[in-house]
Amino acid sequence: MTSPTLDLSKKPILILDRVTMQFGGLVAVDDFTAEIRQGELVGLIGPNGAGKTTVFNLITGIYHPTKGKIVFDGIDITPLKPHQITHLGIARTFQNIRLFSDMTVLENVLVAQHHKFTNPDADRILKINGKSVKRMANFWFWRSVLKVGYLKFEKEMVSKAKELIEKLGLSKFMHEKASALPYGDQRKLEIARALATDPKLLLLDEPAAGMNPKETEDLMRFIERVREEFDLTIFLIEHDMKVVMGICERIIVMDYGRIIAEGTPKEIQNNPKVIEAYLGREWEGV
Amino acid sequence: MERKLPKKLNFVLTLLFILFVAFLLYLANEKLDEYMLRVVRLIAIYGVMAVSLNLINGITGIFSLGHAGFILVGAYTSALLTLSPEQKMMSFIIEPIVPWLANVHTDFLTATLAGGALSALFAFLIGWPVLRLSGDYLAIASLGFAEVIRIFALNAISITNGPLGLKGIPEYSSIWWCYGWLFVTVIFVASLVNSSYGRALKAIREDRVAAEVMGINVFKHQLISFVVGAFFAGVSGALYAHWLTTIDPRATTLGPMLTFYVLIMIVLGGLGSISGSLIGAALFAILFEWLRDLEEPFVLFGMRVPGIKGMRTLVISVIFILVMIFWQRGIMGREELTWNNIYRWLKRRGESG
Repeated sequence: MTSPTLDLSKKPILILDRVTMQFGGLVAVDDFTAEIRQGELVGLIGPNGAGKTTVFNLITGIYHPTKGKIVFDGIDITPLKPHQITHLGIARTFQNIRLFSDMTVLENVLVAQHHKFTNPDADRILKINGKSVKRMANFWFWRSVLKVGYLKFEKEMVSKAKELIEKLGLSKFMHEKASALPYGDQRKLEIARALATDPKLLLLDEPAAGMNPKETEDLMRFIERVREEFDLTIFLIEHDMKVVMGICERIIVMDYGRIIAEGTPKEIQNNPKVIEAYLGREWEGV
Repeated sequence: MERKLPKKLNFVLTLLFILFVAFLLYLANEKLDEYMLRVVRLIAIYGVMAVSLNLINGITGIFSLGHAGFILVGAYTSALLTLSPEQKMMSFIIEPIVPWLANVHTDFLTATLAGGALSALFAFLIGWPVLRLSGDYLAIASLGFAEVIRIFALNAISITNGPLGLKGIPEYSSIWWCYGWLFVTVIFVASLVNSSYGRALKAIREDRVAAEVMGINVFKHQLISFVVGAFFAGVSGALYAHWLTTIDPRATTLGPMLTFYVLIMIVLGGLGSISGSLIGAALFAILFEWLRDLEEPFVLFGMRVPGIKGMRTLVISVIFILVMIFWQRGIMGREELTWNNIYRWLKRRGESG
């Protein structure tokens, strides 16, 4: 199934190839095949329990699929662990905010940079001041405890984190505990933390959940801005139709673990299958 | 805005504080009687135990109950290295000591380091299965492994002298050794906590799944914390053995009881706070000695009360429960006693008052 908006000139960054996830007798994701292309903003929608979050958990390695293959940026990530997948450049947020609540905003963002030093083969992101710090990653534990050649990298990490926090408009909370932030800002902080891992693909799990219309509107602008500024590909799950129809270029609709429709917001709005999944079938006796 | 003292002032204050403590210790060493001095040294030994367990339980959030196992490994290893060959030959009366242990004899520092290293090795081996678990299951498994180590010490008679234990261990744990090691432990753990690694460990405590998705190899980081904690537990075991001068594998000396004592210290002081651990350790050591009188016959309001064995444990427990009711996160919570924090508190008090 190809939609007219699918720009075939861009290369696919994420490919889900016939992915199936079974929990005992329950098939949460069934034969899921999809492609996300470089720079796209794709929405994943569906009724409650359709298996949307499970798809995200499969992409980020929290679950491993029963069948099928997931390829990211030309690398088969199906067997990889979550932290390895993060190294490769996929970051995510959670439906029920999962911040490090007893740590400050700054610390939350700093934690997301830690993996750059513990990963032996992330040459792509291991650059500070334009220099590769791959060698620094050796004995990083001892260096950080004994503070040998560590402090300048700490400084660099802090200034990077502060820059990011400022860009996202959270600087007034810099040294506040994450749990002390207003709800909407906690969502923003989760996105900031995800961005700090230097991702190519950002997965947003219901970013507008629990927000009022005004906050939702702000969030939409925020996502668009982030996407442009950080040159990201975004894949998002959302219940709020206004968000999905407003910013997504392409939408995938799921029900009972299967893809039931795919296309532009307009196509989706008029798709009888989608209407049926959301509102139920009209009783034929009438 | 975050309020901070200038770095230089902070450094000078810290240096002055260390010198002040060193001076106090010098005074204590000169003026205090033998008994008081033993308590002062015990505070430092408990301090090392508490800070090392706090790294595992409080900072990383691994609910380990196996600390006594690591302490025991450190205690036995170091004692076997500092005992002279003649002493060992004399005390191993059930079965002779194995030949490769009979003639080794080292100085105290080497013995302490060996105790820490062997303890760390044990933690590394135990960590592989135990850290696959989480929560209560991890607690039970770590408690089990500690008991396995203790039962091994009870039964490997030709290595540990079994139930008779080791006697006549030289009393090397002087005030300077104890506080020197406490200093090293606190500096090392504090430096670890205040680094990129420390933040990762705290993140694991806060939310394991989110930490993993942020690119942290949770298992590896937990293992690091476990091994570092066990190393210092081994060191504290070595100090403890050379403070007690007699060790045996009974449940009350180097068994589960000790784990729970250390646990009480860190919960009392505040899980996740190094300064809290030190406060907890000092309080525990002092209270436990002070309450010793309860176990002797004493006169209360003109009534003669016979000494009841175990009474002080009961009283400590009641105090512990009371503290838990009024300060649920312990005395310090997760805060640290740093000059910056003291400055901030004073400033805040000054503004509101």
